[in-house]
Amino acid sequence: MTSAMFIQHFFNALTLGSLYGLIAIGYTMVYGILRLINFAHGDIFMMGAYFIFFGTVSFFLPWGVAAVLAIAAASLCGVIIDRIAYQPLRNAPRISALISAIGVSFLIENLALVIFTGLPRPVVQPEWLVKPLAFGNVRILPLGLVVPAISFILVAALLWVVYRTKPGLAMRAISKDIETTRLLGVKVNKIIAFTFALGSALAAASGIMWALRYPQIHPFMGVLPGFKAFIAAVFGGIGSIQGAMVGGLILGFIEIMLVAFFPEFSGYRDAYAFILLIAILLVKPTGLLGEKLEEKI
Amino acid sequence: MLEITDLHVRYGGIHAVKGVTLSIPKGSIVTLIGANGAGKSSAIRAVAGLVKGIEGEIIFNGRDGRTSLKGLPPESMVRKGIALSPEGRRILPHLTVIENLRLGAYSRNDAERIEDDIEYVYSLFPRLKERSWQKGGTLSGGEQQMLAVGRALMSRPDLIMLDEPSLGLAPLLVREIFEIILQINAEGKTVLLVEQNAFAALKIAHYAYILEVGRIVLQGSGQELLTNPKVKAAYLGG
Ligand SMILES: Nc1ncnc2c1ncn2[C@@H]1O[C@H](COP(=O)(O)OP(=O)(O)OP(=O)(O)O)[C@@H](O)[C@H]1O
Ligand SMILES: [Mg+2]
Repeated sequence: MTSAMFIQHFFNALTLGSLYGLIAIGYTMVYGILRLINFAHGDIFMMGAYFIFFGTVSFFLPWGVAAVLAIAAASLCGVIIDRIAYQPLRNAPRISALISAIGVSFLIENLALVIFTGLPRPVVQPEWLVKPLAFGNVRILPLGLVVPAISFILVAALLWVVYRTKPGLAMRAISKDIETTRLLGVKVNKIIAFTFALGSALAAASGIMWALRYPQIHPFMGVLPGFKAFIAAVFGGIGSIQGAMVGGLILGFIEIMLVAFFPEFSGYRDAYAFILLIAILLVKPTGLLGEKLEEKI
Repeated sequence: MLEITDLHVRYGGIHAVKGVTLSIPKGSIVTLIGANGAGKSSAIRAVAGLVKGIEGEIIFNGRDGRTSLKGLPPESMVRKGIALSPEGRRILPHLTVIENLRLGAYSRNDAERIEDDIEYVYSLFPRLKERSWQKGGTLSGGEQQMLAVGRALMSRPDLIMLDEPSLGLAPLLVREIFEIILQINAEGKTVLLVEQNAFAALKIAHYAYILEVGRIVLQGSGQELLTNPKVKAAYLGG
């Protein structure tokens, strides 16, 4: 492999990895607080992509405006899902909420199939994003730079919210001890809704950028990236935001580089992630940056 | 300030509090004493809204006038002027000392005065100040207890409820904590003190109740109970 090719693969991996990372953060935040795997999270990613499609193609909105609206709408969907499907089950056995999550996921995918139809839709890419830049003999799509850059800005903003603001403090407190946090005056359901809003916003941002990078969207497009992002969250250490991002990037690199270096195995590219999951669970169940999350009472 | 009338707490088949009636006058220190399992925590947790399905009446006469606390969720208590330092301290282990204190002030919106109150808590417990950026989980038991009391103070409560603040502390630290309780009471806060350390509690309390298997069996001023032969025999080691 030439170094020019390697650099191109590097940026592809960085792009894919940051998109996985953005989704993984939502899994990790919700799991950290509710010990719930929000199976519908990948579908929020899909909604982000559809909302940007309708915003730009049906309503002729400028890309920036459409993106902000799509993120806001998907974020609201995340909050509504929590309110309807998870909040009533807060005190029920955890398996009930998990089953509810699976149900919601199927519901959304099938509703999308009915409403949006199963036809893959082409998202129109702004030209400047896909016109390759040439650096000597290295050719890179501007997308390969823009997507990681936006992702890192979003993650930095999120970390600021979590570590420097009052709702962020409450989020971190709830993840360890809900009862004590309530006793100190925190309205827990509001903070949980806020968590869903943040996680869903990042997933939608990922869905939008995914649609730019791979401009064919369909109702089940969130399933596989959703699973892989979940694996990234486990790999990075579930509950850890930084871990989710690192996990996403590693997954992106493994996927792209394995295919690049061993093209003969490229048919197995989706299997790598799952092999990785099994390996982590066997070797280091708490993940790279995770600490042991005790079962909460 | 707080009037509890015929309070019952049940957990499934366990009847933990069986008709407790007690009153806490404004400005006083009232203590609730009893052995393990007497129902002290159950009673105090019922007041704080942490147990569901209680019977009886709990009336609080505070900044919102006379209101019933029954059925209110725990997060509403700090806004009414009631704070609880729970049994076992319940410090958030992964948050720093100062973050634990800030969380105690979560219901407040007066940011500058929160910083003043953090300084106030640090003046009560200088040891916390040195450990401001240390994780709560790495504090010693005594320091965690100080933090639990300081955190409860951060909501600027009118009534502060302390569940066994002396638990697991060396005698010197117990004295230190109890002196702080006297001090915050002198500064105008009403205190409900749940204790197993009867001697220390009776010494500072204006009024005391003794709880045995869910019922109040004796009450009187702190001084009276200190010299009461029955109390001496059962709680003060003869
Ligand atoms: N959540 C619960 N579920 C079932 N039973 C409980 C629960 N909490 C307390 N109990 C029972 O209620 C009784 C009173 O407990 P409580 O914690 O109020 O006692 P206590 O006076 O605070 O004791 P200690 O001094 O040991 O803290 C005990 O028999 C206890 O086992
Ligand atoms: Mg107790």
